[in-house]
Order: sequence, then structure tokens, then C-alpha cells
Amino acid sequence: MRTDVDIVVVGGGPAGSMAAQFAAREGASVLLLEKDREIGIPVRCAEGISKIGLTSHFEPKPEWITRNIKGLMLYPPSGKKINVSSNQVGYILDRKRFDYDLAQMAAAQGADIQTRAYVHDLVWQNDTVDGVRVRLPSRDLTIRCKIVIGADGVESRVGRWAGIDTRARLKDIETCMQATVSGIDIDPDLIHFFFSQKGAPGGYTWIFPKGEDSANIGLGISGEHARHHSAYEHLKFFLDEQFPHASVLTWVAGAVPCSKPLVELVKNRVMLVGDAAHQVNPLSGGGISAALYAGKIAGMTAGQAVRSKDLSHQRLSQYEKQWREKNEKRMNRYYRLKEFIYTINDDEFERIADSVLKKPTQKRTIVNVFKAALITKPSLIIDMIKVFT
Amino acid sequence: MKQIHHIRDRCDYCGACVSVCPPDAIDLTEHTLTILDTCTLCKNCVIICPLQALEVRDEN
Repeated sequence: MRTDVDIVVVGGGPAGSMAAQFAAREGASVLLLEKDREIGIPVRCAEGISKIGLTSHFEPKPEWITRNIKGLMLYPPSGKKINVSSNQVGYILDRKRFDYDLAQMAAAQGADIQTRAYVHDLVWQNDTVDGVRVRLPSRDLTIRCKIVIGADGVESRVGRWAGIDTRARLKDIETCMQATVSGIDIDPDLIHFFFSQKGAPGGYTWIFPKGEDSANIGLGISGEHARHHSAYEHLKFFLDEQFPHASVLTWVAGAVPCSKPLVELVKNRVMLVGDAAHQVNPLSGGGISAALYAGKIAGMTAGQAVRSKDLSHQRLSQYEKQWREKNEKRMNRYYRLKEFIYTINDDEFERIADSVLKKPTQKRTIVNVFKAALITKPSLIIDMIKVFT
Repeated sequence: MKQIHHIRDRCDYCGACVSVCPPDAIDLTEHTLTILDTCTLCKNCVIICPLQALEVRDEN
């Protein structure tokens, strides 16, 4: 293992592997350090991505796609089904396979990858980062580098060590539980969303099909509503009620940052990407596509900075500038939309559902669902105006 | 003295606790979790944990 490189990437998820790949493409020497023993495992993800979110980065390989999704079904608290027409089709990925391939693509460009390598601190020289301290199974090691890219997920500490405040408020973290189940009867061509402040307060429950009779079934609840019942308890209740005979093949816990964008993404030669940078759609909790994009441009920026021997803050901040121009406004808008949706109580959800159900199926679009929400709860018009201004 | 106690059999090492810890007092690897002595007992980690794997306990 090299102990002196241009760029260290911490974390081997999609953001980290993309950063490593694109930095290496620019000719930089790159070392990616992953704390777990294997890239892609465990899969802490519902695995859904919009078609455009994937195809804007790659020609998707067939083995990455577990399921093609053709539409969505919404369920108000009573469980009535609302089939919503959508041209936003998507995929359910095989994240294990996908992450593995992304890491291989980074390696193919010349990046070194090391698993079971836990980065536990940064090394400083004056006010800039000069390397990382890594704990391997056999020993502790110092790796010298010019730039650190923190792709260390929701549990990111790299940013904090660099002086970036990545702490999230309880209300801005969705605490999640997911079961991969088999032996269920659902429409496997749709993704299913259940809204109920009792069932998933400050969040929602999802069913993302993986096969004809299997799916990822999970939920996220806002941290501020997790005091009395945990995500696990909420999911157990949902499964017992909806799918009492399903076999659970995997349980996985997780957390998703659903906040406004961080104030800083680059500091002291440290760059943050993906969940570590809270680059997640705060309304849906989806973050794969955002991670691919951020990893790519952060990697390119870092690689080019090394090549041009300009490691100034201004140079590295080009990543942040580019990211904000494309995403900041939209993320803030989604954040306000999230706040607005979570003021809707279960009775109001029900009335919105009834109003939408009166429309013919082809007119049931997401926009019309929002229109129904406004008619049902006129006080929300003010909130909506805030969202779109 | 009150301390945060980690229940290993429940923990999935997902990192939810780390994300809401104000003093950065949790060290998490693939299969270990350590509460550092900078912990201020704010209980954010206890609340956020999807599996109730963290509890406040009186340790003597």
C-alpha cells in the first residue's frame, strides 16, 4: 500500500468511487480507504434511482438493474390505493453489484483501493491537511497526501476534523429500518409509498420491488419523532399488519441526512461528497444520483488541481461552486417542500386522497396531488408560495 | 455515574448515532462502537438509533 499519494478518498460508496475514478483519470495518484471489509456490503439503501439519475452518468449495465419501475402508487393512512401516472420511471439497483463495479472502474483508472482501513484522524501541517491516520487490522499507519476527499457517509467525521460543521439536527436525520422480504403480493412494476404520521412520523414507508414477490420494505422517521418508538418498531408494526406471512431475508438499519445544503463543502484541502456532504434530496431521501455527480466533479477538480500544482482553496472550491450552481436552489426548495408536507395530518391526507381519487387515473399526477393538498388545506398555500419563491 | 451504554447484540453499526453527536464522541468501525469521554450525555444518539442499541445507564 502506498503511503504517499496525491489524493486520499475516505469511503468506498458511489461518491467515493466516482471521486477516485475521476481524480485518477486526471493523472493523480489516488488511494481509496474503506472501513468495511468489502465494497458494497452491507447495502444500507432502498436502491431506487430515477432513470435520468443513472443514465446521465453511465450506460447502465444490465446486471446493475434488479427491476424496471414503471410508475408509483401512493397510500394515504386508510390504505386506499392511488395509482399516480408518472413519466419519472426508474430502476431498482443491485447496489452490491453497482458499488463493486464503480470501485473496479476507479481501480481500472489507476486508483488504489484498500478495505478494512479505518481512517480515524487527519494529519496537519500548519493549517492544511497533510495526510490521514488509518487503522488497518494489523497496524496503524500514516498516509501522506495533498487532498482528502471525505466520502464517509452520513456518519462522516472527516468534515468535522477539517473544521466543517456537518452535525445534523435530530429533525434533519431520517432514522431508517429496512427489511428485504420474500413471499409478498404487490404490483412489482410500481414503487409504493405509504404516508401516515402514525406509521412513519416525519417520513414515509416504501416498498421497492426486487422481484415478482420480493422487495425492499422500509421506512424513515424524522429524528424528532423517534423518542417513543424506534424505526425498527415502526417497521415491525407495518410488516405485521400488511405482510404477516412474509419472510424477512435481511434487516438493515440506516440514517439519511435530509437537511439544507451544508454551508461549506471544502476547507483546508478537504472536500466532502455524497451523504457526508448531505447531498441528498431532503424530500425523498434519495442520494445515489447526487453522490455520483458530486463524486465526479470533486474528483475531477482535485485531480486537475494536483496536475496544475494549484492546491489553493480557490481552486478546490470550484467543485463547491459548480455543485451549488446546479443544486443549491433545488435542494432548498425540496427542503421547504418537506417541511410543508410534514404539517399535513392523517385526516388531511385522507381528504387529499379522496379528492385525487375522483380524478381519472391519467390525470393523477404529482402536481395534481399537490393541488388537492392545497384545496384541502388552504393554509398551506402560504407555505407553498414560500417553497417556490 | 450516568453513561451511554452500547448494546452490541442490537447494533447494526449504521452510523445514525454519529451523525447527530454534537461533540463527535462516537468512534465507529465496521463492528465496533466506542463512546469517547467527550460525551455530554445529550442523548441524541439514544433517540436516533433505529434499533435502540444505545441506552443511558448508571455505571458504577
